[in-house]
Amino acid sequence: MADTMVFNKKKLRPQEVTGRVLLNLAVILIVIIWTIPTFGLLVSSFRTPQAINTTGWWTAVFQPFTQGFWTLDNYISVITEDQMGTAFMNSLLVTIPATVIPITIAAFAAYALAWMRFLGRRLVFILVVGLMVVPLQTSLLPLFRLYNDTGLAGTYLGIWLAHTGFGLPLATYLLYGYISQIPRDLIEAAEVDGTTPMSKFIFLVLPVSVPAIASFAIFQFLWVWNDLLVALIFLGTRVDVAVVTTRLSELVGSRGQAWYVLTSGAFLTMIMPLAVFFGLQRYFVRGMMAGSVKG
Amino acid sequence: MSDAAVQKNRGIQILLSVLSAIVLIVVFAWSFNFMRAAAAPRLVIALVALVVGVGGIWALFLTADRLVGQLPGRARDILRPYVFITPAFLILLVYIIYPTIRTIYISFFDFTRGGSPQNFGLQNYIRAFTDPALLIALRNNLLWLIFVPLFSVSIGLVIAVLVDRIKWEKYAKSLIFLPMAISFVGASVIWRFIYYRAPFGAQIGLLNAIAVAMGNDPVGWLRLEPWNNFFLIIIMVWLQTGFAMVILSSAVKGVPSSLLEAARIDGAGEFRIFFQVIIPFVSGAILTVTTTIVILVLKVFDVVFVMTSGRFNTEVVANMMFNQMFIQGTYGRGAALAVIIFIAVTPVMIHNIRKLNEA
Repeated sequence: MADTMVFNKKKLRPQEVTGRVLLNLAVILIVIIWTIPTFGLLVSSFRTPQAINTTGWWTAVFQPFTQGFWTLDNYISVITEDQMGTAFMNSLLVTIPATVIPITIAAFAAYALAWMRFLGRRLVFILVVGLMVVPLQTSLLPLFRLYNDTGLAGTYLGIWLAHTGFGLPLATYLLYGYISQIPRDLIEAAEVDGTTPMSKFIFLVLPVSVPAIASFAIFQFLWVWNDLLVALIFLGTRVDVAVVTTRLSELVGSRGQAWYVLTSGAFLTMIMPLAVFFGLQRYFVRGMMAGSVKG
Repeated sequence: MSDAAVQKNRGIQILLSVLSAIVLIVVFAWSFNFMRAAAAPRLVIALVALVVGVGGIWALFLTADRLVGQLPGRARDILRPYVFITPAFLILLVYIIYPTIRTIYISFFDFTRGGSPQNFGLQNYIRAFTDPALLIALRNNLLWLIFVPLFSVSIGLVIAVLVDRIKWEKYAKSLIFLPMAISFVGASVIWRFIYYRAPFGAQIGLLNAIAVAMGNDPVGWLRLEPWNNFFLIIIMVWLQTGFAMVILSSAVKGVPSSLLEAARIDGAGEFRIFFQVIIPFVSGAILTVTTTIVILVLKVFDVVFVMTSGRFNTEVVANMMFNQMFIQGTYGRGAALAVIIFIAVTPVMIHNIRKLNEA
């Protein structure tokens, strides 16, 4: 690394040096513009309500010791008084099964589509591909009425299944793409031992498919965590069941000027996605790319 | 083992499979009621929910497979694939196919909450293209559809080309991609703070602070028609540029360096190289990204819902659909809007299925 830099320095003409500097400055400027919105929110969430309302967050950045007025109270009050803590737990309760269930169902289906012969295989496959981009808007109303009739409205089971339905075509398609590429020899080698399709699926196919499963899991997890529309309709805004997104949007409505609540509340909703982003960045990018076509 | 023993063993096996299926059903029913009754401490409910949700689905597959495994040879082989595929098929049927057909059906009727579908006809669609409020929503959707992809893709491409030549590419890309992790609701709060106009005292919203520093009066950005649509569009551009950048970046890296060298030797400047070498080379990726963002934007709801609820002429079709379906209870009209969104994505759907049939 150091060697190449010295080498580069020797070869660069003054004109090229200026170009390099300008290029780096341009990228720095873009990065700053892209980061400032989130950064301002983060800084504000740690300042006292009084400070947020009297001076801009940038004054706290430039004079952190005199103009900062740092505190954690915003978080404490938004978690307890504004029920964001409950919402956080509800979000986990919704998101974990709403990720595991579609992946499981999709993996079974993908295996059958890729490696089993049965009547209707082609039809199911075309359905999966066709339904991938169907907007979930067209499903909402009949499902909402169905949920009200069956008592599924406002239940965890109801929203797990709803997210399962909306995520399933994409999950099946992605996992099919991966599972169908497993070498035939590997699948057939297991057959000789007289294993059932089920054990072959669990002990051979699933372990081999971990990368594809992980990418989709991250995508689905974030999709469900960040979803507002499905939660709003099928789970509702009642405080004991509301998830972080519905809770935050309620707070925007009821406490739209209370920035100490909104900034800390918004950041709480973002903690989980950001943790996934920084912790599993490679899978994160892959998952977001794979999932971008979701309907 | 004697024949009798084998027979007996099989009997026990079958009995066990049937029993486990019954137990499973009972547990499902019990836990469903338990979760709804909500008399127990929340943490207990939470744990039951997690165990049932995550474990239940596996128990379902394993039990079904065991039941089928007890059948005699041929029936077993024919039925086995259906153990794997039926849950997926049922879910697609109940959650996408049935509701979509039903929505299309409802869209042809006058149908409001508490009533029943009547007056079959195109009235909801005619309304969608004549009602002034709906026309504004359609116009705004058009603005979103043009400008979100245009800005995200152009900025994303410029960034992709720029970061390709710097040493800290990875970090720059991470920071620009980061908004992809943030929910639309979270992003809306972030940008509400930026657009905020304080009724009195210091301007703590970034944009109005800049306006005041430059000697202007603070502006109510979200009420400034028709520009407020663009202030909402910027939020989506901020969120989606990272997506465009990542895909275009890998496309840009695929441009052969020999091609770039040749252009440079011919005396082409960097701008000409960008427009005449790089853009044509990555046009396929540009098309993919544009299509994806267009589909996303068609369904844009959260941003408008949180920022303005469609007031100040910022309404979009998806938000209006939500209002008509779930707030006003005018089901027929809402359904027609859903069908309009659906029709808009069908070309992509047909394209996908065609590609499948070619393969």
